[in-house]
Amino acid sequence: MAISRRKFLGWMGAAGIGSTVAKSAGAASTGHFTGYPGSMGVLHDITRCVGCRSCEAACNQVNNLAAPTKPFSDLTVLEQKRATTNEAYTVVNRYESSEPKAAIPVFRKIQCNHCLEPACASVCFVRAFKKTEKGPVLYDPSVCVGCRYCMMACPFEIPTYEYNEPLTPRVLKCTLCAPRLEQGLLPGCVEACPKEALTFGKRTDLIQIARERIRNHPGRYLNHIYGENEMGGTSWLYLSSVPFGSVGLREDLGIKPAPELTAGALSIVPMVVGLWPVLLTGVFAMNKRKEKIAAQEQAQAVAAAVAEAQRKAQTQLTQALDKAKKEKDKALEQAEKAKEQAVKKALEAAATATETKPQTKGEGEEV
Amino acid sequence: MSTENTAPNSSKLTPFNLIAGLIVIVGLFITVLRFTKGLGAVSNLSNHSPWGIWIGFDLLVGVALAAGGYVTSAAVYVFGMKRYHSAVRPAVLTGFLGYLFVVIALHYDVGRPWRLPYPFIVGWGTTSLLFEVGLCVALYLTVLFLEFTPAPLEWLGLTKTRNLAVKLTMVLTIFGVVLSTLHQSSLGALFLIAPSKLHPLWYSPYLPVFFFVSSIIAGLSMVIFEGSLSHKAFHHKMDATHLQESDGLVLGFGKAAALVLAGYFTIKIVGITAGNHWHLLTSPYGYWFLVELLGFVALPCLLYAMGAREKNLKLIRFTAAWTVAGIVLNRLNVSVIAFNYHLPVAERYFPHWMEIGISVFMVTLLILVYRFIVTRMPILYGHPDYQANH
Ligand code: SF4
Ligand code: SF4
Ligand code: SF4
Repeated sequence: MAISRRKFLGWMGAAGIGSTVAKSAGAASTGHFTGYPGSMGVLHDITRCVGCRSCEAACNQVNNLAAPTKPFSDLTVLEQKRATTNEAYTVVNRYESSEPKAAIPVFRKIQCNHCLEPACASVCFVRAFKKTEKGPVLYDPSVCVGCRYCMMACPFEIPTYEYNEPLTPRVLKCTLCAPRLEQGLLPGCVEACPKEALTFGKRTDLIQIARERIRNHPGRYLNHIYGENEMGGTSWLYLSSVPFGSVGLREDLGIKPAPELTAGALSIVPMVVGLWPVLLTGVFAMNKRKEKIAAQEQAQAVAAAVAEAQRKAQTQLTQALDKAKKEKDKALEQAEKAKEQAVKKALEAAATATETKPQTKGEGEEV
Repeated sequence: MSTENTAPNSSKLTPFNLIAGLIVIVGLFITVLRFTKGLGAVSNLSNHSPWGIWIGFDLLVGVALAAGGYVTSAAVYVFGMKRYHSAVRPAVLTGFLGYLFVVIALHYDVGRPWRLPYPFIVGWGTTSLLFEVGLCVALYLTVLFLEFTPAPLEWLGLTKTRNLAVKLTMVLTIFGVVLSTLHQSSLGALFLIAPSKLHPLWYSPYLPVFFFVSSIIAGLSMVIFEGSLSHKAFHHKMDATHLQESDGLVLGFGKAAALVLAGYFTIKIVGITAGNHWHLLTSPYGYWFLVELLGFVALPCLLYAMGAREKNLKLIRFTAAWTVAGIVLNRLNVSVIAFNYHLPVAERYFPHWMEIGISVFMVTLLILVYRFIVTRMPILYGHPDYQANH
C-alpha cells in the first residue's frame, strides 16, 4: 500500500505540475498584452456609414458564400436587427437613435472584432482559433470538434455554426480577409465601402487617426474609441456620435482581456493536484492510525482480561487444591482416628474376652 | 448464475418495460435524425444559444449527480466510515454509468464526435477549462471503471484479477477525489468566460467553488435517493449487511448533507455580498434566484437537519429527492435559464421536444443498464466467495 501511494504521488507530481497544468496556468496569466506590433485592423466610423450594404455584398463575394434570398440592394432587410450567420460573416444594422440631435438613423457594421486576446481562442480545447501576428483571428476546421464553447465565450456573439451539417459542421466567422491580405489586397468590405466608413491600417495608426477625428470634430464624435480597450482591445475600432450601447455595442464588457477571466480557476489546478493527495493521504493515515491504536488498545485489553482470568483461574485452582489437600488430610486423620478407635475397641473387646475366657489370655496380650 | 432466476422483470411486459421500450424506439429515431440531418433538425440551438439542455442537463446535471461515486468512496476509504461499506458499490456503479452516459450524450451534441480525443492528441488547448473538464472526465471514467471492476470479476469468477483490482482501491479513491474536485469545479468555471451573458446573480468568480461544494451535496443526496429507489425495486437482491447498513447510511449522509448545505448557503450569500448584488433580488430574476436559494438550498438544509435529529428516515429520503431537484434547477439556471438573460424573449432558447427526447432516452438507457447489472453482479450484496475481504 505504501509503495503504491508513494508512486501515485510521484505520478501526480510528474503528470500534473510538470507539464500541462503549469503551461495552461502560465499561458492564461500572461501580463497585459497590447497586441502584436504592426498588426492590422479596421476603423469603422459609424458617423459616415449610410447603410448601403455594399460591404455585405463584397464579403459575400470574396468568401464565396451562398447568395441570399433578398439581393443586397434590397434595404428592407434593415427593418430587422440581424446577427452574423454562417452565410453572412458581416451584417449592417440600422439603429434609430433616441437622441434628439441625431434624429437620423445610424448604421453599424457587425463582424468579428479580431480581439487582441480573443475569448474564442482562449476557450478552444483544440486551439482551433489563433490570433495571428498580422491581426486576423483565424479558425482551423481540420481540428475543430464542434463543441461550440467558442460561441458561448465570444462577448460579441460573432461565431456561427453550421447547424444543418450532420457530420462536418464548421464554426464560421469573418477572417479579416486574411487570404486577401496575403496577396496585398484590402479586405473585401473595406475595398467596397463607397463612403470611407471603413479604414484599413495598422492598429496603432488607426488609433491615431481616430483621435485626430475626435479632436477635429468634437461635436460629431463621442470622445471614445470603442475597441481600444474593450475586452483588452480589439483589432476593429469604432467611432460614433451616439452612445455605443444604442448601436448594439455593449458598454459593460470591461477592459480585462478574456483569458484573465479564467486565469484564477486554471491556476488552482496545480494546487489541487499537489495538495489534495497529500491531505487525503494524511486523513487516511490518521484514520488508519486511529484504527490501529484502537485495535492495539483492544488487543491489550483482551490480553489483560485473559491474564486476569488466568490469574483467577490459577488462584482458584490452588485454592481448590489446598482445599482438596486439607480435605484429604482431614480424611486421613479421620481414617487414622477411626482406625485407632477401632483398635481401641478391639482391644477393649479382647480385654473383656480375656476376663471371660482365661485360655485366650496369651493371644490377647500378643495383639 | 442463470438469468431467468435473477432477472425476474427484465424480459416481461411490465408497464415499465413497455414505456422504456417506447422511449428507446423514439430515442433511436431521433438519433438517426441527428446524424443524418444535423443538430438543426433536432434542436432549438442557435448561434446565440449554442448550448442547450444536452449540456445543461446531460453534462452538468449528469456529472453533478454522478458525484455519489467519489463522495461515498472518499467517506468510506479515506475518512474511515467503514460502516457504510455496502454503499460503495452501488454508488460507484451509478457514478460509472452516469459518466458513461454523459460521454455518450456528448456525442450527440458536439459536431464531430469522433474527434472528442483531439484535445489530447492534436490540440492541447490548455488555456481552456473545457480541456480540463475533458481530461478529468476521461481519466475519472477510467478510474470509476477500475473501481467497479471487482464486481464483474467476482461475477465471472476471476479471483486473481479481482484481488489485484481490490488492492488498487486506495490509490483509485484518492485519484478519483482529485479528478472530481477538478472537473466538478471546472464545470462551473466554464461560465467564468461569459460575465456579459450570465445573470450577475448566478455569475460569480466563486462559480467553481459553488459547483464543487454543490457536487458533494448532489453526491450525498443521490446516494440516499437512489438507495430508496433501488430498495423498492431490488429489495430481493440485497443482503443482510446491505439492508442493515442502509438505515445508518441514510442518517449519516443526511446529517452530512445538512452540514454541507449550510456551508453552501453561506458561500452563496458571500457571493451576492462580494458582487454587491442585493438590489437585484427584487427583479424577476431575483425572485427566481430566491426560489432556488431558499426553496432548494435553505429548506432542504433545514429538513435534513430535522430528519437527522429526529431519526426520521422518511423525511431524509424525501429531502434527498428535493435536493436532487434543486441541483437540476441550479445547473439549468446557470447554463440555460439565466444565461443570455440580456436577449429579448423571442431570441431566447427553449428546448426542442427532441432534445428532451434524447435526454430522457439517455436516462432510460442508464436505468436499463443499471438494472441489468444489479440483477446479475454482486452490487447490492456481498459475493459469498469474497465475504472476508468485501
Ligand atoms: S469577436 Fe469573438 S470571434 Fe472575433 S476574435 Fe473576438 S472573441 Fe473571437
Ligand atoms: S467549436 Fe471548434 S473552434 Fe469552437 S471551441 Fe469547440 S473545438 Fe474550438
Ligand atoms: S459599405 Fe460602408 S457605408 Fe455601406 S454599409 Fe458597409 S460600412 Fe456602411
